[in-house]
Amino acid sequence: MDATQLRAMIGKVKAGRLSRRAFVQRMAGLGLTAPFVNLMLAQEGFAAPASFDYKPTKAGGGGTLRTLWWEGPTLLNPHFAVGTKDQDGSRIFYEPLAGWDPDGNLVPVLAAEVPDAKKGTVSADGKAVTWKLKRGVKWHDGQPFTADDCVFNWQYASDPATAATSIGTYKDIKVEKVDDYTIKVEFPKPTPFWATAFVGAQFGQIIPKHLFEKYKGGNSREAPANLAPVGTGPYMFVDFKPGDLVRGKRNPNYHMPNRPYFDLIEMKGGGEAVSAARAVLQTGEYDFAWNLQVEDEILKRLEQGGHGQILITPTGNIEHIEINQTDPWQTVDGQRSSIKTTHPFLTDPAVKEALNLLVDRASVQQFIYGRTGVATANFVNNPERFRSRDTHYEFNIQKAIAILDRGGWKPGSDGIREKNGVKLKLVFQTSVNGPRQKNQEIVKEACQKAGIAMELKAILASVFFSSDVGNPDTYRKFYSDLQMFTTVMGQPDPQEFMRQFLSNEVAQKENKWQGRNVTRWRNPEYDALFAAAENELDAVKRATLFIKMNDMVVNDVVVIPEIYRPGVSGVANGLNVWISGWDSNFWALQDWYRNA
Amino acid sequence: MFNYLVRRLFIALPSLLGISLILFTVLALAPGDPFSELANDPSIPPAVAAALRHKFGLDDPIYLRYFHWLVAMLHGDWGYSFASRVDVSTLILQRLPTTLYVLGASQILALCVALPVGVYAGVRPYSLGDQIASTLALIGFSIPTFFTGLVLILIFSIWLDWLPFVYRTDISATGFAWYWAYIKEAIMPVAVLGLFQGAVWTRFVRASVLDVVRLDYVTTARAKGLAEHTVVLKHITRNAMIPVVTLVALSMPIVFGGAVVTEQIFRVPGIGSLLISAILNNDTPVIMGVTFIFSCLVIVFNLIADLLYGWLDPRISYR
Repeated sequence: MDATQLRAMIGKVKAGRLSRRAFVQRMAGLGLTAPFVNLMLAQEGFAAPASFDYKPTKAGGGGTLRTLWWEGPTLLNPHFAVGTKDQDGSRIFYEPLAGWDPDGNLVPVLAAEVPDAKKGTVSADGKAVTWKLKRGVKWHDGQPFTADDCVFNWQYASDPATAATSIGTYKDIKVEKVDDYTIKVEFPKPTPFWATAFVGAQFGQIIPKHLFEKYKGGNSREAPANLAPVGTGPYMFVDFKPGDLVRGKRNPNYHMPNRPYFDLIEMKGGGEAVSAARAVLQTGEYDFAWNLQVEDEILKRLEQGGHGQILITPTGNIEHIEINQTDPWQTVDGQRSSIKTTHPFLTDPAVKEALNLLVDRASVQQFIYGRTGVATANFVNNPERFRSRDTHYEFNIQKAIAILDRGGWKPGSDGIREKNGVKLKLVFQTSVNGPRQKNQEIVKEACQKAGIAMELKAILASVFFSSDVGNPDTYRKFYSDLQMFTTVMGQPDPQEFMRQFLSNEVAQKENKWQGRNVTRWRNPEYDALFAAAENELDAVKRATLFIKMNDMVVNDVVVIPEIYRPGVSGVANGLNVWISGWDSNFWALQDWYRNA
Repeated sequence: MFNYLVRRLFIALPSLLGISLILFTVLALAPGDPFSELANDPSIPPAVAAALRHKFGLDDPIYLRYFHWLVAMLHGDWGYSFASRVDVSTLILQRLPTTLYVLGASQILALCVALPVGVYAGVRPYSLGDQIASTLALIGFSIPTFFTGLVLILIFSIWLDWLPFVYRTDISATGFAWYWAYIKEAIMPVAVLGLFQGAVWTRFVRASVLDVVRLDYVTTARAKGLAEHTVVLKHITRNAMIPVVTLVALSMPIVFGGAVVTEQIFRVPGIGSLLISAILNNDTPVIMGVTFIFSCLVIVFNLIADLLYGWLDPRISYR
């Protein structure tokens, strides 16, 4: 198919003679992925797709929707949310201006339309964004939703006394009311990724001014609406018991037609992931279960119960091995892994290259993660527009041995390779977690065959992931040679995510190990690329910059990406859900329905 | 008697203070951080978690934090949860009805099993009935509750599909159906807890009855020609109950702790599961509140047991 034919087809879609879906399917037949086709359509002047097919023709009548979170939400004020469970719980009642679809595109919720540079609602200098709000939206208590509410959310969250967890998103911006249904968000500097404030479940959910006005600042904890939310969402508040249960009933005045389908919603918390999977897949007691980080083998067995199936959603979460660039065994100024030291052999290209060849990603995927992990060579895997095509991975012990030999690392009398008196002995740490210990064994075995000795260490997750300054075993301190864990990319944009390789983000004693750069890798070229990306307003050029950064850290073996871990949920047969890895599980709750 | 009570209560105060001090220190020294999830999210600046720690007073020295907690506690303020920003007392009160319902029912079940079986086995020692009862009791308290819980789920929820294994507090049915749903979902947790406790007590009741059954006054009662049931109920059981009552009273606080596992398996939103999630979140005020209640229960039930001694056995006097 050549360009003219393609244009003709796009013309048909435009004229409505060919459905969007049929077009995407035909393109898929040519090997083009859905996000790419959507991008193509977007360039031809199409808005982001609403690719979910909502069938019910009237609101209500769906009965109760029972959902199970093995960690229950502990609070329902989105500005206090500590984890996804809290964001999900409040997202039943509150809504942002726009949400993220599974491909990482914006979909308007409380906004009338998504801001767009072509329409002039994103300023040319990248310093201001104008949001047009949907008219006629009412809070659950009947008050109108207006620009004042948005402005208030900015004031509320940016006040340090409020102690909002969303303060990072709101403290540096300015929000101005243009008219009752228009707001202008101003940034202190050009901001290519402007969709943070008022967007998505993490920082974007909007609370009503008329109920929280008196509780901005030091007394924020006392607001009655903290425990009994009044939002604009598809369901109205019924009942909340922290850590146990959230209940809602259908909002009869919801602002989207024929929605929602269910009359009641219940979000039960507690227990653990395996029994949550069981309650949906095997016994059918529940309709939906969140975050089933369970070994695929168990999931498959539970699925044979016949009541439901698992649903895989792309995310940016990556299980990876970090290579310490500094010496973890030498103490300088009261800290190990100090940037004044260099690792005795992990900065040697031969060793790094060999290690990269000794990680058997395919086996890790096949034998440990199954459908719930995808072997990858990239650190940034999603959204697809940021995924590098120039990297590849390989598992090859012979090649690793050859590289080590060439690098001058010769086997000693004990079989361990050494050079100038330095032995290739490594300590490899991770958190206590079944799959991770198996993964460690796979790596250790391959390394042993190549003459690299490896000591495995497993640290309790509550210690490993804590920010406790006094504990030597946290991943931030990285007092070992290698370490493995999953890092999450919550937003469909790698900017915040890629901060973890910046020279000025190095975690060290001076910043109480709060810095993001745990490998302590420093590279001025990378820093320059990042600075350029931060200010690059051209989306394509910016994506190219991030891909280049990804390739740098991968090719320099600062990290060894192993598996990217998609979201896994359990869904009852007949239930139609629309889940996005870039937003709350409930980002499109209004669209959920059950087959009649 | 009254003097004794007052004296005991006064002794209890320093014990409680000591317990709270140890608890607080251990918690403060334990690893973990209520905001680690925030701190590990690359899209949230590290300063946010640091500011929250500061605001919630987590950066203060331990002795200062303990002092603040103690002063507030003496004013009746239990503090508020870091995770939900709700008052600790509210959280505990919310969980209390479910805890009392499930635990109460399981204790009644345990007594209903232990008393008749234990007395029967003790009156006819080494009979076939006693052998069976003793063996079952041995098995019953040897198997941990998390295991019996899983076995019951496997049989009654997965194979037979009779009972739900997720406990819900929001049953929307009305009338008879509502009661039935509440009973149905409690059957498995109550059975797990009750049968375990019942097995422990059965052995104790049996031993206690066995001690009494050989005494002279029992022989006398029989010689008087009293009916067997009168001998068993009035002469044997009543006297054998003295140590049993003490045991039941003393095991009450332990039961609260032992229910933690069962509550987790069946997702019963009781005080035990509140404690577990608070520990996982490093939610110090909630952990302090719940464990403090537990230690109060231990002290109170010890006192009750001591007082019951005197009431049941007039030979014991308080000075």
